Amino acid sequence: MPDWKRYVRERLELPDIMGPVESDIIEEIAAQVDECYRGAIAAGASEKDADARARDHVGDWQELAAEITRSKRKHARSAIDRRVEQSEIRLRHKGGAWNAAADALQGLSLTLRRLRRAPGFTAVVILTLAIGIGANTAIFSLVNGILLKALPYDYAEQLVTVWNRAPGLQADGRADDLFPQSPALHFTYVDEARAFESVGLWTQAQATVVGTDGPERISTVLVTAGTLPTLRVQPVLGRTFTEEDETPGSPLTIILSHDYWQRRFGGDPDVIGQTLHVSDMTREVIGVMPRDFRFLEFAPDIYRPLRFDRSTLFVGNFTFRSIARLKAGVTIEGALADLTRLVALAVEKFPGGMTLELLQEAQAAPVLRPLREEIVGDVGTVLWVLLGTVGIVLLIACANVANLFMVRAEIREQEMAIRSALGAGRRRIAGLYLSESTMLAVLGGVLGLGLAYGGLRLLTAIAPGNVPRLDEISLDPAVLAFTLGISVLSGIAFGLFPVFRWGRGYLVQALKEGGRGSSSGRERHRTRNALVVGQIALALVLIVGSGLMIRTVQALRQVTPGFRAADEVLAVLLTIPSAQVAEPDEVALTFEAIAHRIEAVGGVASVGLSSSITMDRMAGFDPIFVEEFPLPEGQLPATRRFKWIGAGYSETMGNNIVAGRSLTWGDIHARSRVVLVTENLAREYWSNPADAIGKRVGTGFGPGNWREIIGVVGDVRDDGIMQDPVGIVYWPMVLEDFWPEVRGGAIFMPRTMWLVVRSSLVGAEGFLNEVRDAIWAVNPNLPLSRVQTMADVLRSSLARTSFTLVMLGLAAAVALLLGVVGVYGVVSYVVSQRTREIGVRIALGANAGKVAAMVLQLGVVLALLGVAVGLAAAYGLTRLMSGLLYGVSAVDPVTFGVVAPCLAAAVLLASYLPARRASRVDPMEALRVE
Amino acid sequence: MASVDLRKGSVELLLLSLLEDQSRHGYEIGKLIEQRSGGRIAFRVSSLYPVLCRMEERDWIKGRWVEHTGERRRRFYSLTHKGKRALAAERRAWHEFTRGVNLVLEPSHA
Repeated sequence: MPDWKRYVRERLELPDIMGPVESDIIEEIAAQVDECYRGAIAAGASEKDADARARDHVGDWQELAAEITRSKRKHARSAIDRRVEQSEIRLRHKGGAWNAAADALQGLSLTLRRLRRAPGFTAVVILTLAIGIGANTAIFSLVNGILLKALPYDYAEQLVTVWNRAPGLQADGRADDLFPQSPALHFTYVDEARAFESVGLWTQAQATVVGTDGPERISTVLVTAGTLPTLRVQPVLGRTFTEEDETPGSPLTIILSHDYWQRRFGGDPDVIGQTLHVSDMTREVIGVMPRDFRFLEFAPDIYRPLRFDRSTLFVGNFTFRSIARLKAGVTIEGALADLTRLVALAVEKFPGGMTLELLQEAQAAPVLRPLREEIVGDVGTVLWVLLGTVGIVLLIACANVANLFMVRAEIREQEMAIRSALGAGRRRIAGLYLSESTMLAVLGGVLGLGLAYGGLRLLTAIAPGNVPRLDEISLDPAVLAFTLGISVLSGIAFGLFPVFRWGRGYLVQALKEGGRGSSSGRERHRTRNALVVGQIALALVLIVGSGLMIRTVQALRQVTPGFRAADEVLAVLLTIPSAQVAEPDEVALTFEAIAHRIEAVGGVASVGLSSSITMDRMAGFDPIFVEEFPLPEGQLPATRRFKWIGAGYSETMGNNIVAGRSLTWGDIHARSRVVLVTENLAREYWSNPADAIGKRVGTGFGPGNWREIIGVVGDVRDDGIMQDPVGIVYWPMVLEDFWPEVRGGAIFMPRTMWLVVRSSLVGAEGFLNEVRDAIWAVNPNLPLSRVQTMADVLRSSLARTSFTLVMLGLAAAVALLLGVVGVYGVVSYVVSQRTREIGVRIALGANAGKVAAMVLQLGVVLALLGVAVGLAAAYGLTRLMSGLLYGVSAVDPVTFGVVAPCLAAAVLLASYLPARRASRVDPMEALRVE
Repeated sequence: MASVDLRKGSVELLLLSLLEDQSRHGYEIGKLIEQRSGGRIAFRVSSLYPVLCRMEERDWIKGRWVEHTGERRRRFYSLTHKGKRALAAERRAWHEFTRGVNLVLEPSHA
């Protein structure tokens, strides 16, 4: 009996109807024809007569198609189609150039209609592209927001930060370290520099505000009068600081941040002239900053004037940050020449500090860095690596789509050949493919934008806390343009593959073959195979990249950063204001009393105090002379990091005492002239750390003022977990005769100290409350700030690495998935194309194993080539990420050695499935297909 | 113009009245018309099927796939409420029309 469905499908042309509606129509008409045929047979007609009668029963096919289309108009065209058609007609009525627009519109709607007829293909392509484009959009908006977009200040490119370099003062390998600014140099620049339009000095500080509901710890920035004008920012209310505000003895003033104004004053418009009790002094509010203003990378609650008595300044005290605005047209080099000339003048104007000889010995020189560089920091490497990574993912996605397109093109070979035979030029056919591919890519881009929007919210949530400018990241016009750009480019890229095929005279051949599966498609197989090899290679690069990050994390796990069992150490920053306790000795006793109180809390193993904990960037630094190793006259030794500690600090952190002993409260209260040093510092002078014990060191403008080394402690990675340990000198927290050149006879005693507590209960509910109660039992007016565990410190130091690992891992997983799908697709397609051949082989007696091996062979070749190319590419590309690695080479043989066979195995597995299917081909079925 | 409309309307009337009591599939409808008209009226698919389509679009009839064991799937059409109302209206119009035509043809009035 004839296949009536096929008969109807071949004759009924319903170009505007598709999907289930179309198949319903075909089935119903086929059913009617079938009934007619059966009726005739039942009535005794011959098969031939019945067939003729059935065929005749339909009548005029064209009329039928036209009538159906007319009556099914509702289904045939969506509202969008109709609107597009109406717009097209309207455009044609306008005539002239509008015809071109109408053509474009018509092409667009035809393309859309074609794509809707292949929903599976369309969906897979759009989704694949959306993943690739979405990932690129998300990472690009990070790059754009953080690296490319101008800083939110007027003419931000004129802004620089002012630093100093002193290679002669630095320990080995740290010659590039920068020193902050000295007030004496700053005021010299204010008065004399010609290159600066304006320059400001600033520093950050915590402050306590006393209010009705207890003491509140707030963040403040202290600025000289020139600082805010340098950023060209004006308060929204009141005025900015003037020279009078920064003169000692004048009334104390503050400017509020917009946020703090809202929080503390409820946005009171009459806030100017009101007062606030900040750090024991009553200060008058003179201004409110704009809502979205950020002071560089900070968002302080209030701004205070930074005050100096110019008569007491000297060249030294390099502890302040400085920012300047270059005059229009002045380059950094030009400005540096101007500043260098002023150093000698500063020594002359502000005597009593470093001499010109000392500065020359230290090779001291000013350094200017673009503000952008400073704010952005080294996050650039991560971002560029990530952008490269997602770029690779997009390439892989495009390769997959290109393969799909080539398969589809083969299926449509007949259609194209006929179009071509009917006079469609090569250009028109290329246009057909390209319009389809570009439209798919743009649709993928639109979906990708959605993915990127969601992805960005996730990204900004998991990004390391020290990533700058996160709040400036958005899907702005630059990002949208980027997305559109890569969408169109991808569309053209994968659309060109089938176009090139048409450029090589396949047409005649295709026509000759009459749509039969072509057996001479060696070239197009080659293109497809090359695409798959490329995919495998790119996936390998990404997997090696994430492998290297895993090895980095592994290596970092082995590192002891200067503390152990980090989640059992709680750190709390505590300040004892002079209004609470005036005498330095009393301050030390108060800290000790607090320490003892906390020691009595259940579960506490030990308590320690230090002015700076690992990686907090709160350490001081100055030169250290060693008595045993005198330097030539006038030569300065290297500067070292200084921290001031109470008893029990090293023990609580879990750092080793390598030699000698630890500091006791006895040493501190007796103001013993003793210090501790880290092992690497001891080894610089004495090969055996124990030999350092009993030796003497001192600090100051010259040798002398000696103190005895009583202990050597383990190395501390104070610059971060990935940086080398830094030499540190630990001083007792109460010192007399410390830098008498500057301080005279005053006792040195830091009032802000970290309290570190080791306990297995850290993190347990109520533990922090018990610690706080213990502190307040000693003095109820002490505010706690910056409560954290050392595990938090470690985590934030690892944040960049973890972030990169997660991102690279995700990209590698997507790449692997797309790559494996690509291999599977190609091998499956080859199997389906060769079903007949395979059937013949099996019919001729080839066993299943042999057939499977034949197919698998293709997989093996693809895998080997892909892995080989990938290894070569990875060898070149992973070097770009060496800045993100630790303890592992960018061409680590272990990583390369593990990834390559694993990926090859995955590729083989992907080709095994179609191979198995090939081995089960039923020869009868296979031959019948043709 | 009116006569064209009329002829179209009459096909619909035929179909509606055949579906009044029971649901039928497309081939059956064509066959019934042919039988009952004594072979005077015969439809091919190209003239019958589009009318069914149009009537379904208008919500006069509702088609539904039915599969009996051992037989091929067929689409059965039945009248909707709207269809019943349309049938009543068409019938009235047909009677009016035939009465009018008869009156014209009646020799006594000539």
